[in-house]
Amino acid sequence: MPLEYQNIFTRVQVHGPAPNPGVPLPPGDEPRLGKGTFVHLFGRFGEAQLGPIYLGRLGLLSIVCGLIAIVIIGLNMWASVNWDPIQFVRQFFWLALEPPPPHYGLRIPPLQDGGWWLMAGFFLTASILLWWLRTYRRARALGMGTHVAWAFAAAIWLYLVLGFIRPVMMGSWGEAVPFGIFPHLDWTAAFSIRYGNLFYNPFHALSIVFLYGSTLLFAMHGATVLAVSRYGGERELDQTIDRGTAYERAALFWRWCMGFNATSESIHRWAWWFAVLTPLTGGIGILLTGTVVDNWYLWAVKHGFAPMYEPVVPGGIADPLLAAGR
Amino acid sequence: MSKKKDFDLVSTVGWTATAVLGVAAAFYLASTFERPPVIAIQWGPRGTAMELVYNPRTVVRELPRHAVPPKEEEVDKSGIPSREAYQNVQVLGDLDSAEFLRLMNALTAWVSPQQGCNYCHNPENLADDSVYTKVVARKMLQMTKVINESWQAHVGQTGVTCWTCHRGQPVPAYVWATETPQAERRTRGLMATAAGQNTVSTAAGLSSLPTDPFTPFLLEDKQIRVTTTWTPMSLGDNRMSIKQAEWTYALMFHFSAATGANCTFCHNSQNFGKWEGSTPQRVTAWHGIYMTRAMNNDWIEPLTPLWRENPKGPPEAGAAAALARLGPMGDALKINCMTCHQGAHKPMLGAQMLADYPELNAVSLSPVPLRAAMR
Repeated sequence: MPLEYQNIFTRVQVHGPAPNPGVPLPPGDEPRLGKGTFVHLFGRFGEAQLGPIYLGRLGLLSIVCGLIAIVIIGLNMWASVNWDPIQFVRQFFWLALEPPPPHYGLRIPPLQDGGWWLMAGFFLTASILLWWLRTYRRARALGMGTHVAWAFAAAIWLYLVLGFIRPVMMGSWGEAVPFGIFPHLDWTAAFSIRYGNLFYNPFHALSIVFLYGSTLLFAMHGATVLAVSRYGGERELDQTIDRGTAYERAALFWRWCMGFNATSESIHRWAWWFAVLTPLTGGIGILLTGTVVDNWYLWAVKHGFAPMYEPVVPGGIADPLLAAGR
Repeated sequence: MSKKKDFDLVSTVGWTATAVLGVAAAFYLASTFERPPVIAIQWGPRGTAMELVYNPRTVVRELPRHAVPPKEEEVDKSGIPSREAYQNVQVLGDLDSAEFLRLMNALTAWVSPQQGCNYCHNPENLADDSVYTKVVARKMLQMTKVINESWQAHVGQTGVTCWTCHRGQPVPAYVWATETPQAERRTRGLMATAAGQNTVSTAAGLSSLPTDPFTPFLLEDKQIRVTTTWTPMSLGDNRMSIKQAEWTYALMFHFSAATGANCTFCHNSQNFGKWEGSTPQRVTAWHGIYMTRAMNNDWIEPLTPLWRENPKGPPEAGAAAALARLGPMGDALKINCMTCHQGAHKPMLGAQMLADYPELNAVSLSPVPLRAAMR
């Protein structure tokens, strides 16, 4: 029972008499907001303490930019159902703020023809970059490494490739993704169809390997630590220095199962790299599409990455446009 | 607040949330997924995922929709051509007069079974062209002949009859017209346009794809091909955008709904654009695009003035015929794949109906001035 408080959905919650305010902030930083409080429900999932929060100038600017972007997207969506609140809720998943038509190229289009999209994109990007800076600065303020910030940067790379770098290289804002739930999924399907099936893009394949690999590693690591938590296995930091019976049992388990085991430090590097490489390779795959390769299936056949399958009809079907001379 | 009370509150919230989520999940499962069985039929070489997907319950449910009306009793020839037996017979003059009457009966059963002969004819003088629907019917007979004669690449030897589209109704059930400006461009002023999409698209399987893939592809001849099919790196040669791919995708949704078939009926999903790996059905469908476009431009649209004069149908035919002949923007009701196919890969599941009515092949294509009789 003494270790039960460590886990999700446990009955026992252990915390001090007053919320922990955190370490003193370096000179020049804004004060933290609030003194912190305890929330029982939160304690069932993780730490019971809520706050204090550090907002700072970067956080405030990021939230303001993000709100501007969301308001631009939301109001344009609402206008597209003639300001009908019921239809806005009913059709919400279908609505979108669409990028400019391709004929505008990289020029600044009129507001109603993608200008709002460009503006929303600017503010959303500003918000995300400011938030990235905030994760970097907060990590530094606590004397931590900046691993979280660089993992976040990997995701931002994919976001920037999709919405900025690739459209600029293609010479058209119209190549970018619409802001909308179903519309961005339709865009994804149309992207794959236009460029000859993204499944034959090796970087797309790598991205999937790292994505699925991440979930597998997450499950393996989580399960291993939980399985030895009765021996104090979740105290991973202690065990890096002082390997105890929990570590030895877990290591032996994996050596029995597959001959090899990660260490309590290296498993986190495994997980970090798998997670970071998912958007990193995905972004490379998107960036090459249309800029370097126009049809991934044909590319894959040419480079022996995919077979040229037997046609459905012996000899194959001829293009009727060429046959009919229309 | 005691520990005990705290615990109860949380557990009540937890159980309520679980119950609500459970009901939501059950609703989601029941309303989203199709109840099995689903039958997959292999439709190409192994390992290529070429398969046709059907649910036998849906197939059985749809059967009555593809029924064919009872065959009109065959008649003995009278020996007198209809141009001699009757007056003002412009396109069926070569037909035997007995067979002419048989065809007229069949036409009534196919197009205006409730309204009867007077839907097109002036009962005082059957030869009179004063009812505009008679002029339309004459043009439609010629259109049917053109389809059966010149578009066998799509309709084969099976051909079409009036029934193929009309199914016992003066206006076919599945037609389309230009959308209202609100639907097409739903915002005004400076607010962003939806670019013809981003609402529930009934034409494209309730997705958020473009809502009207018909005007650009089945009336105009905008380019449907978006994928590069020549070399993997032919950069700059193919300027088709992702947005254009969305319009093509919407048209393909319509094809799929109209034929009741999934993508791999025609396409090899490894590369949708590639012809070599496609099925012969794709060639048939390709001719269908040109056929539908030609019918809309050459036969349907030119009749628009007649429908503009009678937007609710012929007044002589009474209230039963009061159906809209024009779309919300005042253009004619046009055809798409659904008009004939109605969910079957072959209309009426391939029933050889034209073979029972050789009279339809006797229609003369000599030009008939559209408004000759509209004095």
